[in-house]
Amino acid sequence: MSDNNSTAVDVLVIGGGNAALCAALTAREAGASVLLLEAAPRAWRGGNSSHTRNLRCMHDAPQDVLTEAYPEEEFWQDLRKVTGGNTNERLARLAIRQSATCRSWMRKHGVHFQPSLSGTLQLSRTNAFFMGGGKALVNAYYRSAEALGVRIRYESPVDRVEVVDGLFRAAWVNGERIKAKSCVMAAGGFESNREWLREAWGQNADGEWPADNFAIRGTRFNQGVLLKAMQGAGADFIGDPSQSHCVAIDARAPLYDGGICTRIDCVSLGIVVNKFARRFYDEGEDFWPKRYAIWGRLVAQQPGQVGYSIIDAKAIGHFMPPVFPGARANTLEELAGQLGLDATDFVRTVADYNAGCRVGTFDHTALDDCHTAGVTPAKTHWALPLDTAPYYAYPLKPGITFTYLGLKVNEEAAVHFAGQPSRNLFVAGEMMAGNVLGQGYTAGVGMTIGTVFGRIAGAQAAAAVMQQGAEHAHA
Amino acid sequence: MHMLEQLVGQARGLAAGETGLTEKEGEVERILKICNACRYCEGFCAVFPAMTRRLEFGQADIHYLANLCHNCGSCLHACQYAPPHEFAVNVPQAMARVRGETYASYAWPRAFGGLYQNNGLTVALALAAGLALFLVLTLQVTGGLLHAPLAGNFYAIFPHNTLALMFGAVFGFAGLALSLGVRRFWREISPGEMSGEAGAEAAGNVLQLKYLDGGHGQGCNNADDAFTLLRRRFHHFTFYGFLLCFAATGVATLYHYLLGLPAPYALSSLPVLLGSAGGIGLLIGPAGLLWLNLKRHPLQGDAAQKPMDRGFIALLLLTSLSGLALLGLRDTAAMGLFLAVHLGVVMALFLTLPYGKFAHGIFRSASLLKWSIEKRLPNKLQLGSE
Ligand SMILES: Cc1cc2nc3c(=O)[nH]c(=O)nc-3n(C[C@H](O)[C@H](O)[C@H](O)COP(=O)(O)OP(=O)(O)OC[C@H]3O[C@@H](n4cnc5c(N)ncnc54)[C@H](O)[C@@H]3O)c2cc1C
Ligand code: SF4
Ligand code: SF4
Repeated sequence: MSDNNSTAVDVLVIGGGNAALCAALTAREAGASVLLLEAAPRAWRGGNSSHTRNLRCMHDAPQDVLTEAYPEEEFWQDLRKVTGGNTNERLARLAIRQSATCRSWMRKHGVHFQPSLSGTLQLSRTNAFFMGGGKALVNAYYRSAEALGVRIRYESPVDRVEVVDGLFRAAWVNGERIKAKSCVMAAGGFESNREWLREAWGQNADGEWPADNFAIRGTRFNQGVLLKAMQGAGADFIGDPSQSHCVAIDARAPLYDGGICTRIDCVSLGIVVNKFARRFYDEGEDFWPKRYAIWGRLVAQQPGQVGYSIIDAKAIGHFMPPVFPGARANTLEELAGQLGLDATDFVRTVADYNAGCRVGTFDHTALDDCHTAGVTPAKTHWALPLDTAPYYAYPLKPGITFTYLGLKVNEEAAVHFAGQPSRNLFVAGEMMAGNVLGQGYTAGVGMTIGTVFGRIAGAQAAAAVMQQGAEHAHA
Repeated sequence: MHMLEQLVGQARGLAAGETGLTEKEGEVERILKICNACRYCEGFCAVFPAMTRRLEFGQADIHYLANLCHNCGSCLHACQYAPPHEFAVNVPQAMARVRGETYASYAWPRAFGGLYQNNGLTVALALAAGLALFLVLTLQVTGGLLHAPLAGNFYAIFPHNTLALMFGAVFGFAGLALSLGVRRFWREISPGEMSGEAGAEAAGNVLQLKYLDGGHGQGCNNADDAFTLLRRRFHHFTFYGFLLCFAATGVATLYHYLLGLPAPYALSSLPVLLGSAGGIGLLIGPAGLLWLNLKRHPLQGDAAQKPMDRGFIALLLLTSLSGLALLGLRDTAAMGLFLAVHLGVVMALFLTLPYGKFAHGIFRSASLLKWSIEKRLPNKLQLGSE
């Protein structure tokens, strides 16, 4: 197709979530004409960002909805800890510092903040919550983008990009070639791509493909098309393609977009068994928010990729309400029957656990002294015998939040080819989060990375346009 | 996976039956269970903080929360589970549908609850009856709809005492019916101990329409996900316009009985000033509300109640229009005609107060008062953190 019948624009933004919107808004503010391509239809716009609820912010003193202080050093140490050092300190500190100031910009574009939600007091110091959650944020950004004249196209999945000598030329969408002077890629990870997940997780000893039984917690549109395309174009990558953030959620969650509400918060109050009615890990190792991501992998390693969180009547009212009601029975045998577990094995597992419980002073708000003795695996906290009917069970399965594979960047969010930064191709959000977050996770850091690098990428993309203009003027 | 399906089935069964809830209440319960696991909308209004104090939602809770919801739409546009998501969460719509049921079920006398169904028809019939009554009375008194100018002396057509008696009786009945209805509602939602502080807060929330501010002060949603303060403003015009009209009537009654000053009053007199200001408020407010109602997003609220909403708005508009027209024409031969029309409209408005949209203000105020009481009580749940 000749250049004449292809669409042309200054900055092309590919993606429609937080990072893409931050980039588009910033580039537009800098005076560039901007076209944003969102793969999803309008009703599903916003990617995983529409399921989020907060971002992590550094601050040296109490700041509107944020209590106390969360200084740069503490934020950095937290990141270092959760990533096990698998992070780029310069980029991480850049994100941390800008998280201190980005919220006034977010407000300007219509985002409202609120204090931490009930049940999340532990985050009131470190995380600023979006009023109404990520979808409200995404709505605000789209409204602002439209008002500023950003052109937005829904149902526009890019399937091919033209990159020549490290320079972006054009993207193809629905058979149309779209030319742009610069481009920001912010199209998320590949967590919605079941084939790719299958390949990444492989086959287990029993011949199962574990990933086939996973739920995708967010959007179905993050197919990793651009990641694949950039692999083809020879871009520099970072992060382990086989790794994803995987948490234990209710097994009845929908295949996509189950979001936050499918979490199960009673694991530490009871026991978890697999489909052979056997326990397989210390349920009381630490507070659940610190453990739910480990449990995703643990359940993924069980036969059938399923587990059952079992509690008794004593636990009711001590955990955040689950979205689906649990199976409920007055005897353990009956409960086993409802779950399709072998009743004899199940009753024996519970009896062994009960016999091992060394009950001290139960306190579900502290790492208490109730533990087991002589049981394998041990339960190290909150070990109370399961002895009070009715009994409840919640089925668990792994839910994928995001993947870690990303494009390598510098402080300008530039895509790199053989170690060289591109002059007009930038990347933001989940597609490059691995630079900062090589593994692990801590609440709110995904949106911090997306916001900070989205804005950097947008500014750089606009600057690249001006630069090209200047070069043309000289030529 | 077959036991999973079984579990899902059981979950649905639990949600649907066994609870004694109506279908619409069951839908609110289903949705609130999802919201309670999500909680993203806590900052918008009082409904979500009230919800997080509960794990189960019985009928009384559902009635209370449904009437606490202002149908502001914030939580519809912000909802990650809103249609087309398979969870199909639409809080304002589910709440509105239950509200419709509660108005009918708490109506006094109960048999009149049916008037909430086909409420457009109820309003139309009341209007026809009111108009017919006063037109016929006018005919009987003056022998025709036009007469020699009477210099604005309404009582030349209808004696003051007759009017006071007729309207006093109808208004008294409306007040009684509404009080008995809301009393039953109040008892059922078992509000707890009232304090002056709670009462003052609730009154403030009612008078300012706090929960049409979106939680951030930029207002609620109407046509789309953008916020607007117009709905709040137009409500204020309507509400305070209504109160001013009421005050005008009250002052005029005092003038009449206490000071021995019968109507007509001069344009600069207090009753006419109050009435004119109120009339203008009652013109702008309902006109604006009607316009917003016509433009409202189809998923926000209950489409089946639009005739009720619009019927009430139309009556308010007709009240102010006919009242202002009467003021303008009171020195002409058409005074009798316009007086009859105005009185007929007001009569219809009063007759339908306990059986139409007006009830929403009463039940919502009661729910707001309960919320102000409840939030001061210690939270019984110890859910820990997620
Ligand atoms: C349930 C859940 C809750 C979360 N909660 C939080 C939280 O509270 N705080 C936090 O910081 N992080 C949270 N995260 C992580 C967070 O969602 C991500 O870090 C962040 O949203 C990434 O933003 P993004 O813009 O890069 O990707 P996304 O928001 O996923 O956006 C990607 C966009 O690209 C579009 N797209 C994909 N492919 C193409 C293509 N080929 N062409 C065009 N468009 C395409 C998609 O449709 C989508 O709009 C959560 C994640 C999940 C799943
Ligand atoms: S309306 Fe939707 S986003 Fe809001 S609390 Fe309920 S489920 Fe969550
Ligand atoms: S519609 Fe508005 S008032 Fe009603 S529950 Fe939702 S946010 Fe609250």
